[in-house]
Amino acid sequence: MRIKQLLIGITASVIAISSYVEIAIADLKFPMLVYRTGAYAPNGIPNADGFVDYYKMINARDGGIGGEKIFHPECETGYKTQVGVECYEKNKKDAMVFQPMSTGITYQLIPKATADGVTVYSTGYGRTSAANGKVFKWIFNAPVTYWDGASIAVRHILKNNFGNIKGKKIALVYHNSAYGKEPIRTLQTLSKKHGFKLMLLPVDHPGQEQKATWLKIRKARPDNVLMWGWGVMNQVAVKSAASIKFPMDKFIGIWWSGSENDVLPAGQGAHGYKSLTFNAPGDSYQVHKDIKKYVHDKGEASGDGSHFGTVLYNRGLFQAMVQVEAAVVAQKIHGTSKITPAMYRDGMEAVNLSAKRMEELGFKDFAPPFKNTCENHGGSGLAAVQQWDAKAKKWNMITEYMYGDSDVVQKLIAEDSSKYAAEQKIAERCN
Amino acid sequence: MSVELLNFIETVLNGLMSGVMYSLVALGFVLIFKASGVFNFAQGVFALFAALTLVGYQTGQVPFAHLINELFGTNYHNWYASMPNFLAIILTMVTMIALAWIIERLVLKHLVNQDPIILFMATIGLAFALEGVGDLMWGSDVKVLDVGIPSGGSVWLEEATIGLAAEGSDYYGMYIDVLNVWATVIAVILVITLALFSQYTKTGRALRAVADDHQAALSVGISLRTIWILVWAISGFIAMVAGIMWGTESGVQFSLSLIALKALPVLILGGFTSIPGAIIGGLLIGVGEKLAEIYIGGYFETGALENWFAYVMALVFLLFRPQGLFGDKIIERV
Repeated sequence: MRIKQLLIGITASVIAISSYVEIAIADLKFPMLVYRTGAYAPNGIPNADGFVDYYKMINARDGGIGGEKIFHPECETGYKTQVGVECYEKNKKDAMVFQPMSTGITYQLIPKATADGVTVYSTGYGRTSAANGKVFKWIFNAPVTYWDGASIAVRHILKNNFGNIKGKKIALVYHNSAYGKEPIRTLQTLSKKHGFKLMLLPVDHPGQEQKATWLKIRKARPDNVLMWGWGVMNQVAVKSAASIKFPMDKFIGIWWSGSENDVLPAGQGAHGYKSLTFNAPGDSYQVHKDIKKYVHDKGEASGDGSHFGTVLYNRGLFQAMVQVEAAVVAQKIHGTSKITPAMYRDGMEAVNLSAKRMEELGFKDFAPPFKNTCENHGGSGLAAVQQWDAKAKKWNMITEYMYGDSDVVQKLIAEDSSKYAAEQKIAERCN
Repeated sequence: MSVELLNFIETVLNGLMSGVMYSLVALGFVLIFKASGVFNFAQGVFALFAALTLVGYQTGQVPFAHLINELFGTNYHNWYASMPNFLAIILTMVTMIALAWIIERLVLKHLVNQDPIILFMATIGLAFALEGVGDLMWGSDVKVLDVGIPSGGSVWLEEATIGLAAEGSDYYGMYIDVLNVWATVIAVILVITLALFSQYTKTGRALRAVADDHQAALSVGISLRTIWILVWAISGFIAMVAGIMWGTESGVQFSLSLIALKALPVLILGGFTSIPGAIIGGLLIGVGEKLAEIYIGGYFETGALENWFAYVMALVFLLFRPQGLFGDKIIERV
């Protein structure tokens, strides 16, 4: 009997202490769905490190958001949709926002989070038509969507071909998943509009073996290759393209296929490879200085600190910054530092990251300004092209930030979101 | 020659080369299965672990640096700038032998006489444990592996074959990755060495004796445990070769462990107990999947046949010859 009582006592104490610890530090809960293990870890780790370092810096430098500390529990998804959903269910209580870091997980969370009243922010990924805030009240995908990305890539190709790509052949090598399939519809529409032939080449997870795909490309000789890849698929694709001597300056990846990890294994062969991006590379921004001062120099860096300033780390910083800014805005709107998930959503919808505000936050010239509105959750739709310099081992921005084909993209977003609204019986708002 | 025929030959050649890469992984499975009846699910992780270790030694990375720094507040990452490839390979081999010894001590020794399914489950556990240890030891970043093996399309072959096409046709030579040619040469050397070792050395004969009959081998004084350590060490060496080849192609990263899944259909085709079977099975799978992807992939809306067609081939094969091409015939005595 005594042992039983002792066990009950210990259990109760552990629960009480852990609840206390959580309450003590968990004023604003920003759960993180990460993948630090498994096939996609090389992409997941730098991105997660960016998030964590930014949150730690805000806690250390500013004492949190409006005095409320950020609590950022991690849940490992391994980039698996089912596990991601479990992570969401486990962490959704009092959560301000979820960043699924996977289009597959995002698709699954859209109806759940909408029903639960939790904000989902899929930065430059996820369901493109979620940019329509009239239908997707709780989902945000600013600053740019995959359909913008597809049309920006085509626009870049158009520019390099003096505005005429009629009869040209463009191949899309894509991860055979919800993510990789996302741009197909836009590219098909653009193919009709501009008269280019579209060649679709899916690559199954994980993408370690792509020989047949690149033999097809070698035979078909497309004028340009676009890639929607992730993980090892990117490295093998870049290396395969170099191996068949495909001109690397005609090979353009989406912003998730343009990190240092993707090009380093190919060595000099990757020289000239291009990718889209919506944030700058490098570690010389004010935010980096602050992170160094308040986090790294105190030995608090996430991981070993070796990803500092890399493409995916910087993207993590940007994503975390937008999430924190949404909380700041929500606190202003509602006049309280102790915001609820519903208040946070209001903040996210009113985020206005002007150039001036970005500078205040230490992100001067780091990314193009954007603002969310009730109607538009997709941001500015701006992205630039960066190119890999294999000798210097660095990415260089080679274009200004540019818009995609908004006529095509907006029409497709309207069509897709209306269909979703009809299926889910959602009444449009913002009227 | 018509361009179509040349393209077909190119596809077959590339399939054969890819098949060799699969065979390199399958060989490790076969060796262990022959000697101990264990289907080593961890063979893919062995390849990953060997490749991680090799890069770690090459670049002077401190093993468990992240853990050490976290525990002691230190900041150790590298203890030297670089190590010559040869020395790094030797050290990796020593590590793989040590790993084999540890596995025998900690796992196999305690599972002697257990059902094969128990041993199989143990290797699944081993795979996950080893992946975790690899992560802790060397980190999860993509690592560039360069042991001096050339890679990229063969210019010589391109130039030699460009004239084979009919005059005026739009053809610019045949493509083969030099890395795959090297893999083929290494695989051939490996198989010959293994054959000579098992045929002409005392240890090799003991190994074959254990493979044929555990009880009989024990009765003539062969140490089962020593043989098991030896076999696991050899398969660790083969895993290192496979890891070098695959790691050179894609960079060393954790998806490398999934190459084990490519070896399964190879084993079903070639048989679980035959070294020539692993080679022939690999070649058949390689050619089959490349031909399927290129010539019938277009008829499938979802495409990406390259990854799953091997399993279709294996399934069909299972229906007609469940023991594989060269596997021991399954005889059920009633």
